[in-house]
Amino acid sequence: MCGICGCSQPGKINNRLQPVNGRVHQHDNDHGHQHHDHEAERLVKVEQDLLSKNNTYAEQNRAYFQQHNIFTLNLVSSPGAGKTTLLVETIKVLKDRFPIAVIEGDQQTEHDADRIRATGVPALQINTGRACHLDAHGIGHAIMELGIKANSLLAIENVGNLVCPSSFDLGEAHKVVVLSVTEGDDKPLKYPDMFHAADLMLINKTDLLPYVDFDVERCINYARQVNPDIQIIQLSSTKGDNFSVWTDWLAAHVKLESHV
Amino acid sequence: MHELSLLENVREILENHAVSQKFSKVTKVTLEIGKLSSVEPEALRFGFDVVMKGSLAENAELIISDIAGLGVCQQCSLQVEMETSHEPCSHCGSPFVKVIQGAEMKIKDLIVI
Repeated sequence: MCGICGCSQPGKINNRLQPVNGRVHQHDNDHGHQHHDHEAERLVKVEQDLLSKNNTYAEQNRAYFQQHNIFTLNLVSSPGAGKTTLLVETIKVLKDRFPIAVIEGDQQTEHDADRIRATGVPALQINTGRACHLDAHGIGHAIMELGIKANSLLAIENVGNLVCPSSFDLGEAHKVVVLSVTEGDDKPLKYPDMFHAADLMLINKTDLLPYVDFDVERCINYARQVNPDIQIIQLSSTKGDNFSVWTDWLAAHVKLESHV
Repeated sequence: MHELSLLENVREILENHAVSQKFSKVTKVTLEIGKLSSVEPEALRFGFDVVMKGSLAENAELIISDIAGLGVCQQCSLQVEMETSHEPCSHCGSPFVKVIQGAEMKIKDLIVI
């Protein structure tokens, strides 16, 4: 049984329940009535949020993370912003300081989890199939499968998509949105929900700034329009520019959480 | 298309209520979708019949009632109407506007047999 949600699914994540059988109208004995609409329609009040199930699982995950001092980030971006490279370089810097684990979300393939495993830290790939986001139930199962150590960092790399993952709480401490300078500086205005939901924005691939038409100041202003409190770090994962600001931020939070 | 996931949640909530409220068929589903939620009503309508097929809400009518967006500006304290979820205050321009209505996305009620 799953230790987080208590469901009996052994592996990954098919969260649709079995259909409930309707009541069977038996006609075994000849009771001789005409079949007409004798069952009256009635109103049933529901008043239930469409995300209530996900939010319940997210709170269970969050409780688990707090109990075990696991500092959890939900990394979101469009495809190709450099999340996996960012994680690989982050792991190289920090893996000797505290345990790190990674959950990778993609529609298909194990490619990203393979790249993470090559660094020597445990990684689990969730293939979402047709779904465009990770959900909290799937994360709960992934936590159990991975067996994440206490006082550690868990990075969840969400499906590359700046729309849907903004609505699905996974139980993380922070959403971190990664925006690369090859994408355009107006992404925060085009996809405001995601930049509003994130606590930290990483402007990645800054080594390419001389070659692209990306105005960093404009991008920051746009991000602050939709989220006045957002923190921002500019860096290059491949060239290492400013990278220690990010890894110091992570190290400070992992330490902080473990002393709570 | 996270609307499909949300519709699967709708189906699951209906199935749970069918047990607790003892009904076997749903003929009408009313959703309340706020203007500032991240849901596109047209996408819900598009996916509803597909997701409900084979369930107790197959062929049910879908009603989506819109809820207007309202916020309170944290600077000038005025209540403002909002068209999108992260727009500045329409009176003073402050970006600090707290949404008080319009983020809802829920199942309001059902007509069942």
